Amino acid sequence: MAYGPHTPADRQRMLASLGMHSVDELFADIPPALRSSPLRLDPPESEQVLMGRLANLAGRNRIDLASFLGAGAYRHFSPPMVDHMLLRGEWYTAYTPYQPEVSQGTLQSIYEYESLIAELTGLDVVSASHYDGAAATAEAALMTCRATARDRVLVSRAVHPHYREVVRTYFHGAGLNVEEIPLVADGATAGTTDLGHLERALADGDHPVAGVVLPQPSFYGLLEPMAESSRLAHAAGALFVAVIEPVSLAVLAPPGAYGADIAAGEGQSLGIPPQYGGPYLGILACTDALVRQIPGRLVGMTTDVNGKRAYVMTLQAREQHIRREKAASNICTNQTLLALAATVWLAALGPHGLRDVAALGAARAAELEAALAAVGVPRLHEGAYLNEFVVRVPNAVAVHRELLENGVLAGLVLADAVPDEPGVADGLLVCTTEVTTTDEITAFARQMEGALAVTAHPVGGAA
Amino acid sequence: MVPPDLHYTKDHEWIRVDGDTATIGVTDFAAHQLGDVVFVDLPATGRSIDQFATFGVVESVKAVSDLYAPVSGEVVGVNPDLGSQPELVNSDPFGKGWMIKVKVADAAQVDGLLDAAAYERLTAEA
Amino acid sequence: MSASGPRMQPTLFELSKPGRRSDKVPHPPSDALDRLPAEHRRERPPALPEVNEPDAVRHFVNLSQLNHAVDTGFYPLGSCTMKWNPKVNEWAARLPGFAQLHPMAPDAVAQGTLQLLWEVEQILIEVSGMAAVTLQPAAGAHGELTGILMIRAYHRSRGDMDRTDVLVPDSAHGTNPATATMAGLRTVSIKAAADGGIDIDAFKAALGPHTAAVMITNPSTMGLFESRIGQLLEAVHAVGALAYMDGANLNAILGRFKPGEAGFDVMHINTHKTFSTPHGGGGPGAGPVAVVEKLAPFLPAPRVVRESDGRFRLEGVGERPTSIGRMRSFVGSTGVLVRAYAYLRTHGGSGLAEITDDAVLAANYLKGRLAASGAYDIPFPGVCKHEFIASATSIKKRTGVRTLDIAKRLLDHGFHAPTVYFPLTVDEAMLIEPTETESVETLDAFADALIAIAHEADTDPETVKTAPHTAPVRRLDEVSAARNPNLRWRPAAGDWTPCPD
Repeated sequence: MAYGPHTPADRQRMLASLGMHSVDELFADIPPALRSSPLRLDPPESEQVLMGRLANLAGRNRIDLASFLGAGAYRHFSPPMVDHMLLRGEWYTAYTPYQPEVSQGTLQSIYEYESLIAELTGLDVVSASHYDGAAATAEAALMTCRATARDRVLVSRAVHPHYREVVRTYFHGAGLNVEEIPLVADGATAGTTDLGHLERALADGDHPVAGVVLPQPSFYGLLEPMAESSRLAHAAGALFVAVIEPVSLAVLAPPGAYGADIAAGEGQSLGIPPQYGGPYLGILACTDALVRQIPGRLVGMTTDVNGKRAYVMTLQAREQHIRREKAASNICTNQTLLALAATVWLAALGPHGLRDVAALGAARAAELEAALAAVGVPRLHEGAYLNEFVVRVPNAVAVHRELLENGVLAGLVLADAVPDEPGVADGLLVCTTEVTTTDEITAFARQMEGALAVTAHPVGGAA
Repeated sequence: MVPPDLHYTKDHEWIRVDGDTATIGVTDFAAHQLGDVVFVDLPATGRSIDQFATFGVVESVKAVSDLYAPVSGEVVGVNPDLGSQPELVNSDPFGKGWMIKVKVADAAQVDGLLDAAAYERLTAEA
Repeated sequence: MSASGPRMQPTLFELSKPGRRSDKVPHPPSDALDRLPAEHRRERPPALPEVNEPDAVRHFVNLSQLNHAVDTGFYPLGSCTMKWNPKVNEWAARLPGFAQLHPMAPDAVAQGTLQLLWEVEQILIEVSGMAAVTLQPAAGAHGELTGILMIRAYHRSRGDMDRTDVLVPDSAHGTNPATATMAGLRTVSIKAAADGGIDIDAFKAALGPHTAAVMITNPSTMGLFESRIGQLLEAVHAVGALAYMDGANLNAILGRFKPGEAGFDVMHINTHKTFSTPHGGGGPGAGPVAVVEKLAPFLPAPRVVRESDGRFRLEGVGERPTSIGRMRSFVGSTGVLVRAYAYLRTHGGSGLAEITDDAVLAANYLKGRLAASGAYDIPFPGVCKHEFIASATSIKKRTGVRTLDIAKRLLDHGFHAPTVYFPLTVDEAMLIEPTETESVETLDAFADALIAIAHEADTDPETVKTAPHTAPVRRLDEVSAARNPNLRWRPAAGDWTPCPD
């Protein structure tokens, strides 16, 4: 066995101490009828051969493309000191700090994470982490039901489609109701949450609303009317949930400033590689008033018996290991190592660096907007955006494919990703960050021009 | 340790009846079993509670217990001090650690509860 | 650790000094944000700490040294399987082709990862004896919810709408009942039999037309193989209910027991337990769920599909309407699954079976040493699986020293404590899981320490009751932490003015 410590003599000695001759005797308690067939799997592989296999598989993914794909997972610069830290075994081979006296490193790092996210969001209570932005959003929506003793939540269709799906899965399971608020179809606010519809949905006195969920920025990159939505929600006795992207909070108004009760979001952009979907970092934050409703671990500062400052998991009576079927959530294992990544990344960048990251992404996006407009590919919406936006491209599926063959990953084909959103059927969702280069933008626009020509007049009839 | 003038549930709540209202809390035995109480979750004034149904929750660091209503009725008062001083449940469970006052719906329910002697026998067995 | 060992650290915020800049990224043009409408702008920049790289790195390195970890020592935390985390796993997950792949990258540019995910599914199908696997759930509890939602969907698809009960043994992890509640179902808690196993009669009495599922951890949280599981599964299926297996203890049965072959319908697998993906100080994990054929239509979307030409793709939006839906964004915690894949390939079929053999051997050896010493109560004598329970009930009666004290005293000996006070059904419980990667010398040293502490409880109980004595901090004031929670650093006004624009 690859990592096993025992010599044959060790095994014999251990068995002998038990009065046994064969390890099979240790499995005599499995009834013969239930004993399994042997594992039909490949033989063991040496580390050298394994590394070759893995390098080969990794090499079959293409990461050399000029990528304009965001849509909830973002490429960002990560200073080498971040991964340097994550590779320390003291962090990544520990588990949940059940014995706080020998887990102060993890505990303090979580407290620092909670503090940093509190500062970014303007909300005072931050969970130690959730699985990802979608799961955090679902938990936020469930919190609104518990806190208000109501069972109906309104979710804007501007929220990431995966998040909306996860909210539906969780709500369907719990027997709660979720309704979607549509987007404005046209005009200056096209693509953002329809406030008129929201107001009407909130006015249904027979079925009061527990929570209203809006994103900032939206899945389509647009800035949403958070302050007005928050006001409308509160006027109806509902709680307001902001689905946030943490880098943007360097420059955008924080949820606390527009009265959000809960912020949920994906922390991947804080120094975590895209790695095809995870592990990511679910951010969940709320006001002090909701501290008893928030699921997941919380770490607090306290003292030891000598009065020395120390940290400990606290308010554990909310959690499944104590409350069992009455717990707010079943969450146990979370994403602590990713919270550490975010903490180290934020420490590395600092407030100036974080602002630079957000502003540089925005500057590149403006460049991209101009470059694409110049080749006849305008934005679909008029509203303000930060670093992600939708462009209107005739025959978007074919254009996207054509660009891919020429080394450009031209964002997300919205007809595939949100087929139920007819207003964006011609759209490509494109994104820039601080790592996007001017050369990539130039290449994208040039290739786009070519792709438009090819797909408009397909050679050999193949569209 | 068990005040003789109160009635009790087998879930370790006590009730003191005064006219048509009653004061409810948990016993010294319950407080001791829980350890240091850190949080008490109680219903709002105006809510009605049902006999033997849960009306709240009391938490210590590593345990949580439901609170069961000794009688049915409407909540007419909630101890305002427990929010900031949950430790009163430990230090003075029959006094400053009281939890709610209710307007008793059916006085006969009280007669069905344990008296002090019966409750003392119950806790002696535990 | 000793008094001259690692010291507590100031917070990152206390290291901050206004005006420190890191220049990790280029500066944007000054007009970069001019187009943002005023109403959306942040008025005051976030008060994040301003630290330079040397200070920040020292801060986190010093913090890390306050942790006990598998890389620093024995970690016999029962039910958590704190086995060795191979270093090649970390190398693999960091290969740029894996790490830098965008989760919405078109299938055509993600063939390497898609193949890897598909292969992991095939291996887990074989290990579990089931028919299909989803890799989407992010952790064990997330997998439980996925499995129970699928069971619920299965019953409903047959018009069987009244199945509301989930039967759970009282020794189960708290996640089981909490999961049932999240899935809108009712938990019925079933007491264990006197021998720690399933009480068949109690289960039979509770089973009926309202039973949606039973959730069984096998081996149980007492480290015992549920020898009556065959009878139970028959009874469960006889009333039309389904059987969920909590796979937390899969490390004890690889190659010896396949839940699907035995009659379970669903199980989750904790890759961070059985398949060596690191626990990360609390996570991430991954919680793949394996199901029998009749539940496959309900698996979360998207699944990885292997086409007839050998290429791989993800299911499209809405492609499989019977799915319970998504449990999380994107396809899953792929970075964790890359690590698990490395481990599964390293061991192959024979190696996986050896893992179980050695894990069970280690647990029995350690249990035998403690039993022979007479220092602790061993409530369930006889063969255990990968973990076992010892109890300090007699020690407590004799000396007043409790399991908690013994756990803390173990820290002074340089060991992590076992899981304590779990399962809830055993008084003064210590759940000890040594795993297969610990040498007999380590097991002996741990047994010696436990035996010495039991002796010390008699001769010097005060020292045990006030342990730990050499950790970076002493016992903590958890009561104040809960009564007056301090959950974030609050910078004193005017301490620093970050980020002058």
